[in-house]
Amino acid sequence: MSEISQQALRAEALESLLVEKGLLSEADIDQTIEFYNERVGPMNGARVVARAWVDAGFRERLLTDATAAIAEFEFVGGEVQKLVVVENTDSVHNMVVCTLCSCYPWAVLGLPPKWYKDPAYRSRSVREPRAVLQEFGVELDPRTEVRVWDSSAEVRYMVLPQRPARSEGASEEALAALVSRDAMIGVAKL
Amino acid sequence: MDGIHDLGGKQGFGPVLRDDQPRAFQQRWEGAVFTMTRAARSCGALQNTDQFRHAVERIDPIAYLTHGYYGRWLGAVENLLVEAGVVSTAAINGRVAERGGDAEFLIAARPDPALGPIAAETEAGAARKSIRDPLFKVGARVRTAATPKPGHTRLPAYARNRSGRIRALHDTWVFPDSNAHGHGEAPTHLYTVEFSGEELWGEESEPSIVICLDLFEPYLCAVADGSSES
Repeated sequence: MSEISQQALRAEALESLLVEKGLLSEADIDQTIEFYNERVGPMNGARVVARAWVDAGFRERLLTDATAAIAEFEFVGGEVQKLVVVENTDSVHNMVVCTLCSCYPWAVLGLPPKWYKDPAYRSRSVREPRAVLQEFGVELDPRTEVRVWDSSAEVRYMVLPQRPARSEGASEEALAALVSRDAMIGVAKL
Repeated sequence: MDGIHDLGGKQGFGPVLRDDQPRAFQQRWEGAVFTMTRAARSCGALQNTDQFRHAVERIDPIAYLTHGYYGRWLGAVENLLVEAGVVSTAAINGRVAERGGDAEFLIAARPDPALGPIAAETEAGAARKSIRDPLFKVGARVRTAATPKPGHTRLPAYARNRSGRIRALHDTWVFPDSNAHGHGEAPTHLYTVEFSGEELWGEESEPSIVICLDLFEPYLCAVADGSSES
């Protein structure tokens, strides 16, 4: 049997014991899965980015105090106690990692993708971020500073990507559709 | 602790495999394990996030690398539930056997019989009111602690005994090194400290890279500016 199915068996064994003790129900699990699969995700962060692109005042507030700035969106499930948004420019490219576990800004990006939690990304991003970015297809000028944010406490980081060329006049909603999760982690450009 | 979890800078893991998955949970058991952490909270087996992170760090190191993210969480939640006496390893193993599970399969959990429930948080979350002024200002040069610590800590090994500069102040938070073990919240100031690639990786560093870490005040000591340290 594969490792995954053995893990599933052990998880189900533990689940059955907790259900018998009244500490867990199938409904709890179904609700959690539905919530994180459907209601929390990078679409939240994309709305924040799009607003920062069209509203200079909001952009300023976001870069000064992102925790307060995103409050106006009333995102649910925000397990972010302090959010810092870092801005990509022509001279600085930011990327986010958590080398010690897998800290990630759930409120704006949802739960992290598998590769973010795997050893390769966690080990290499602080040591050879340019090589990692190249694998992701991000080509940077050698003079561009790469700034890596290792989320080692409760502060969570999100990247404000540069607005794509030829997006003048697009509505906030249309711009949000252009923003990818990877761009907000800092492993893609738009 | 010098655990397998402390991955920053380790070499040999190869390319990042971008197995993009459309949903947060690919399989039901992953969502079940996620939900179990709440059950562990509600029965007191889990009291704070630092305790949970340390429970992950204490799982079998081979399982840490091979069982995936929710496999690690399963090991952690099992550690905590067994240590708190909510369930027993024998009871879980019995259920696994009833379901036809492989008795040779590596179990991630390694519950410590010396551990048990810890005190509850004084308030939700980890941010706390400042009780004194921060020791360092933005721009100050600092050096990180040189030696490993037993138990939970948030100073990665790759950033030990390195010189950096304070980039930002983040007010006061519970101190994970103490809070994870139920030894009190010991609120302390938190800083973003930036390190040059050369300081961390020497001559082999990629050009123009800066690594920013969020570090608690007890990890830091002042370095006189104008010293030869870069």
